[in-house]
Amino acid sequence: MADEKGYRDIPIGGIIVEAGNAAEYKTGGWRTYRPRVDKGKCIDCLRCWLLCPDVCIYVEDGKMAGYDYDHCKGCGICAHICPVKAIEMVLETEGAGAADSRGRFGSRKK
Amino acid sequence: MSETKTETSLKGVKNLAALTGNEAVAQALRQINPDVIAAYPITPATEIVQIFSTYVSDGLVNTEFVAVESEHSAMSATIGASAAGARAMTATSSQGLALMWEMLYIASGLRRPIVMPVVNRALSSPINIHCDHSDTMGARDAGWLHIFSEDAQEAYDNTIQAIRISEHPDIQLPTMVTMDGFIISHGMEVVKMLDDDVVRDFVGTYKPDTYLLDVDKPVTMGGLDFTDFYFEHRRQLAEPMEAAPGVVKQIGEEYGKLTGRKFGLYEGYMLDDADYVMVLLGSTAGTAKTIIPELRAKGIKAGLLKLRMFRPFPADEIADAAGRAKKIVVMDRAEGFNAVGGPLCAEVKAALYGKSRAEVVNAVYGLGGRDLGPDLARAAFDLSGPGVIHLGVRG
Repeated sequence: MADEKGYRDIPIGGIIVEAGNAAEYKTGGWRTYRPRVDKGKCIDCLRCWLLCPDVCIYVEDGKMAGYDYDHCKGCGICAHICPVKAIEMVLETEGAGAADSRGRFGSRKK
Repeated sequence: MSETKTETSLKGVKNLAALTGNEAVAQALRQINPDVIAAYPITPATEIVQIFSTYVSDGLVNTEFVAVESEHSAMSATIGASAAGARAMTATSSQGLALMWEMLYIASGLRRPIVMPVVNRALSSPINIHCDHSDTMGARDAGWLHIFSEDAQEAYDNTIQAIRISEHPDIQLPTMVTMDGFIISHGMEVVKMLDDDVVRDFVGTYKPDTYLLDVDKPVTMGGLDFTDFYFEHRRQLAEPMEAAPGVVKQIGEEYGKLTGRKFGLYEGYMLDDADYVMVLLGSTAGTAKTIIPELRAKGIKAGLLKLRMFRPFPADEIADAAGRAKKIVVMDRAEGFNAVGGPLCAEVKAALYGKSRAEVVNAVYGLGGRDLGPDLARAAFDLSGPGVIHLGVRG
């Protein structure tokens, strides 16, 4: 935080002068539970993609391809709505990060 | 240095009008011709926007007049219009100002140069429609500039100058221009008005650098700060208050050249050599100016320091102008409810800290419109003691 800009160097009144920069703000740290998908059960119905309030479901070639964990707040809607129970919510403190070891489940690059 | 206004004779002055304070401010608004006024009526400020609405109906202004459902909405709509790029104004009093509460801080936090005449009126409960300064004193730390007016003429002059002050590139903050409820708002005086085109030239056209309707430069206003940037933005918000005294004086000089009525941060009346100084805000200055010459005739070196700017608080100027006095009587038209004293006295004492050995006496007076006649005002100079004195209350 100490290397962020000082008060003389930021736009007055908290005005955001750059459009579409919300992605730069990483909200994944708010998460208590992280969603984990079992692609063996997943039927790629994409209901999770449709209902995720933070647009954190990756889709590649029409198939559910993982999560944007930089912005997923762990609300659990995807797990709740999944018709085949392919998504479970795992405590972050229980090494959930290591469970998603596949490379495509990484951060979205700007 | 004492800053005394230059008074000119009424003889040969054009545009003289017999106006109440509310009428004078409504005329100022007509001449300013803002893009948007959003307002809700409240005694005693109602007439300002009521009269103005007739100017809208009569086609005398180009203003979009928004009749909202509450003062909270009035301030919200004014902020929204200002953010969109408009010169936006409103007016209120008392409970109306109280209902605007959370939006006042948003207006300043978003650096909206909104000018709002406020007719000072007591706060409930008990319900009371008459003058005291409790309403704007409650908003004293909201990031707004506060300019007090002694009479209808000053309310008119201050409203016009406030546009330039608020919109100045180094300020970009909202301003309250106050006048005492009924005493000024409904009291009729001779007011020297300027020509319409003179006012329009003086205030100019509002040209914001950044506004929401600028589709070529899209921005977001009202974003979120956490622990990472909030402190920086609030520190930043304190900066224009530091720049304001210079800007207020510069615009007061310019206005003086135009009108013969020069304005600074305060007005001194028989102040330079005064041993006994009264410090106050608003219309009571007229009473003080009546009794001070009488006291002088008796050999008592009395004087007056009438504050024009309450925010930012001209601490250095007060210490310079009054610090050498033997006694300073601070007249608060608001009770502090802090077992210490009124808000004005607390700030005057802070201004004098380390700079003056004067005895500082605090009198709270005139709550709910209670008159402070010449006898009580005279008695105020004789008060002494460390605690707050409630002047004119029945024991």
